[in-house]
Amino acid sequence: MTRTCNRLFLTLLAATVAFTGVFTSAARAEVESKDPIILTLHDWTGQYVTTTIMGRVLEEMGYNIKYQQADYLAQFAGLESGDLHVAMEMWETTGKEAMEKSLATGNTMDLGETGMQAIEEWWYPIYMKEKCPGLPDWKALNECAEAFSTPDTAPSGRYLGGPVTWGGWDDERVEALEMDFEVVHAGTDAALFAELESAYQRKAPWLGWIYTPHWAPIKFEGEFVEFPPYSSECYSDASVGLNPDMAYDCGKPRGWIKKVGWKDGADKWPCAYSAIQAFTIDNQAMGTMVGEVDLNGKSLEDVVENWLNNNKDTWSAWAQCG
Amino acid sequence: MSEAVADVPQMSRTCFFRSGIFIWSVFVALAILITVYQDLWPWAMKYPRGWVIPLKGWISDFMSWLINDLDFGVFTFKEMTRSVSWVLSWPLTFVNNLLVEGFAFSTDPGAEAVLPPLPWIAVVGLFVLAGIAIKDWGLGLLVGACILYLAIFGRWESAMVTLSAIFIAVPLGIGAGLGIGILAFKFAGVKRLIIPVLDLMQTVPVFAYLVPILFLFGFGPVAAMIATMIYATPPMVRIAILSLEQVPDDRVEYGEMAGCTPKQLLWKVQIPSARSGLMIGVNQVIMLSLNMVIIASMIGAGGLGFDVLSSLKRLAIGSGLEAGIAITLLAITLDRLSQAYSKRPPPAHLEHDTYRARRQKMIYLAATMVVVTWVASFFIPAIRTYPESWQLTTAGFWGDLVKWINVNYFDQLEAFKTVLLVNVLIPTKRFLLATPWIVVVAFVGLLGYRLGGVRLSLLAIALALFIVVTGGWKKAMITVYLCGISVLIAALIGIPIGIWSARNERVHRVVQVCVDTLQTLPSFVYLIPVVMLFRVGDFAAMIAVVVYAVAPAIRYTDHGIRQIPIHLVEASTALGCTRWQILKRVQLPIALPEIMLGINQTIMMALSMLVITALVGTRDLGQEVYIALTKADTGRGIVAGVSVAFIAIISDRLITAWVKRKRAMLGES
Repeated sequence: MTRTCNRLFLTLLAATVAFTGVFTSAARAEVESKDPIILTLHDWTGQYVTTTIMGRVLEEMGYNIKYQQADYLAQFAGLESGDLHVAMEMWETTGKEAMEKSLATGNTMDLGETGMQAIEEWWYPIYMKEKCPGLPDWKALNECAEAFSTPDTAPSGRYLGGPVTWGGWDDERVEALEMDFEVVHAGTDAALFAELESAYQRKAPWLGWIYTPHWAPIKFEGEFVEFPPYSSECYSDASVGLNPDMAYDCGKPRGWIKKVGWKDGADKWPCAYSAIQAFTIDNQAMGTMVGEVDLNGKSLEDVVENWLNNNKDTWSAWAQCG
Repeated sequence: MSEAVADVPQMSRTCFFRSGIFIWSVFVALAILITVYQDLWPWAMKYPRGWVIPLKGWISDFMSWLINDLDFGVFTFKEMTRSVSWVLSWPLTFVNNLLVEGFAFSTDPGAEAVLPPLPWIAVVGLFVLAGIAIKDWGLGLLVGACILYLAIFGRWESAMVTLSAIFIAVPLGIGAGLGIGILAFKFAGVKRLIIPVLDLMQTVPVFAYLVPILFLFGFGPVAAMIATMIYATPPMVRIAILSLEQVPDDRVEYGEMAGCTPKQLLWKVQIPSARSGLMIGVNQVIMLSLNMVIIASMIGAGGLGFDVLSSLKRLAIGSGLEAGIAITLLAITLDRLSQAYSKRPPPAHLEHDTYRARRQKMIYLAATMVVVTWVASFFIPAIRTYPESWQLTTAGFWGDLVKWINVNYFDQLEAFKTVLLVNVLIPTKRFLLATPWIVVVAFVGLLGYRLGGVRLSLLAIALALFIVVTGGWKKAMITVYLCGISVLIAALIGIPIGIWSARNERVHRVVQVCVDTLQTLPSFVYLIPVVMLFRVGDFAAMIAVVVYAVAPAIRYTDHGIRQIPIHLVEASTALGCTRWQILKRVQLPIALPEIMLGINQTIMMALSMLVITALVGTRDLGQEVYIALTKADTGRGIVAGVSVAFIAIISDRLITAWVKRKRAMLGES
């Protein structure tokens, strides 16, 4: 009985294979290599958007694409060995050190800026302006430090910084500007935003490290604190800036967001790499798309597809080889 | 201090000088002396940075030599590990195609699938049939309902990705575990070598060896699978050794008399006899593999773990919870099936013909169902993929619930938190950080000596000194403080619940379900709500650790009290004891060793939760491991990971020695 069943099964299987096989035909453009180009995905929506746009454009060009979940910093191991090929967003503010270290190995290459600008700074929800009218000036912030305090930091204010791995020199900044704040480090950005969400629901005081392009400053209304403007001397030279004896007496740098890739990929898929190098988008367009996905609940694919339809000229130009 | 320890046995034979009171008073006096006159020996207070052994650097160098330079002539070390992952990728791709992607039969990786994956109805049906075949309709329906949840709540594709990784990792883990177990059973040398390795594999946090695995096996599902196997295999090895050793001698002798070759003896006598024990190992491998789902998704496994992580990063609490519950339900499904299978009477005892006929009927049914639904899926799309319009979600509700608690009860929670923080947490932390390392090391050594003798004492001192000389002392003390307080609170909550559950059958049933859920629900799911309600910091970390680690305290207490011989309780009732007296004078003292084993497990789980709490901003060894992961620094991660493992081993050995002494005393009386 089992044997007849097996035979029946196999016959059906063969029939279905033959049936569908006839109707599948390849109608794709010729490209250098059919091996999939692996793009990395991290954990913020903006990066999904840039990566999906790039992936869709490459698909239109006829390449095979694979998306691979990878940690923002740990991915360099994979990019160097060729397990991963392209990372679409490497921020000057958080990833510069790791990126330079990796470029120095000679196994990865800089694929140019994305055109977006990273802003990272101390940020407060807009309702805090009522309690502290002088904002966004940093001196006014310092004067109402107590309004930002919690039981375990009072009377000093509490500032929630990013994970220690992000750097950012906030402890030094507080000391150099003689601010009455205590810096607490979140372990991850998820924890950072969880706290913000909680405070925002209660309209409670909150001050923390926010960056953009990101959904948080779109979802939550608020402003960045205005520190004395950043200059590289301010970070490197103690005598520059308000405090003559200490460095870091200014705001944080704003910086590029770059694309990075596996070096040998440029020989394998030269046309694709030139398209990736050509990719640019601005903060505004990015912010709108991120908002569509995270706040209006649209699917990522629909938002990206929509952008592709409306900006055909832009991305067709990237796809022009050479 | 180490002199004092060495002197103890020779001191005197009179009772007083050997009494605990005397020895501990001397210790406390010396400790105070050392602390008060700390200016005389600053190196005893804070281990000088110049004396730190740069082990981290050595390990990182070794690793880069392994990856870049080691060459066996014909192939390099890296080529070897890469070919291993290439081989492993084949079965994984096959199962993945079967359940998720469909088969393309093309060399072009971008080609459309020609043969679609198994339809969801077929997968649900197969699980129901498996449940019926193994036990009865009840199990079939339970399992079917669990799998159906995945479709209804829109988790089908992710769940199938996770399931296909489990389908490959579990058999490989079981095979490797059994193989190593047999070797260790046959050769005493292998056993001596393997036991400490197993200790390390079970206590070093997974994050610590993720980086080397990424370097050696590449990014993606295969590397994730290998990490899963390293984490999930050790219990199988242990149980394999134990259950093979427990096979009764007379059975082995009978096999020898019947003229078995050593090979036949192993496969036809010893392994079948050890079957029920081995099945517990299988069950453990399944459960631990599912515990790894989240971490595996961080290095490219995708699936349900990725859903949990990405939902929580967007603060979508409800959808994270739904994905987390999907993992729990998968765990329950596989657990119930494997448990039922292990309790089935061995096939030899069944009526042979009916057994075979039944099995054939089941296979026939399964095959028909698969073929029919598969063919039908070409014509009816609702069979191929579960229609979106039939999906449900409760995500909004959970988000609103947390918001409601947050808005209405935050102030009360804050007040409660502040009291605990100011009166308990902060003073403990200050005390531990202010205690000179030399005093702590001596304390551990002395405790080891009192509980288990010179060997235990030397072991404890050596492990503690490792942490000192590799420069992780301060973070280790924060680790001890955070875990210590969490374990204490977990015990204060868990032991009473365990007692209650042991004395009341209805409570017992409810508690069992809760404990099962707590142990399989990924901790990330409640980490974000905890941060929302308690802010970033040690307190939030402590809550998360307590929630995760309370389960064994409940389970072991319950079990410890239940296993007390009924005649003892009856005898005390006959003597006129009240229920309270029975509990206090009879049940608790007898169950104490078992309860302490539960506490031991609680400590292990608290330590394994450390790396996760680093995500909410603690500054302990867990954070060190996490930083090493994000910076891809192999040496730093491994040294911190091994330090965590050593803390775990010290506390495990001390508690085990205490339990052994206590058991011996109970045996005498």
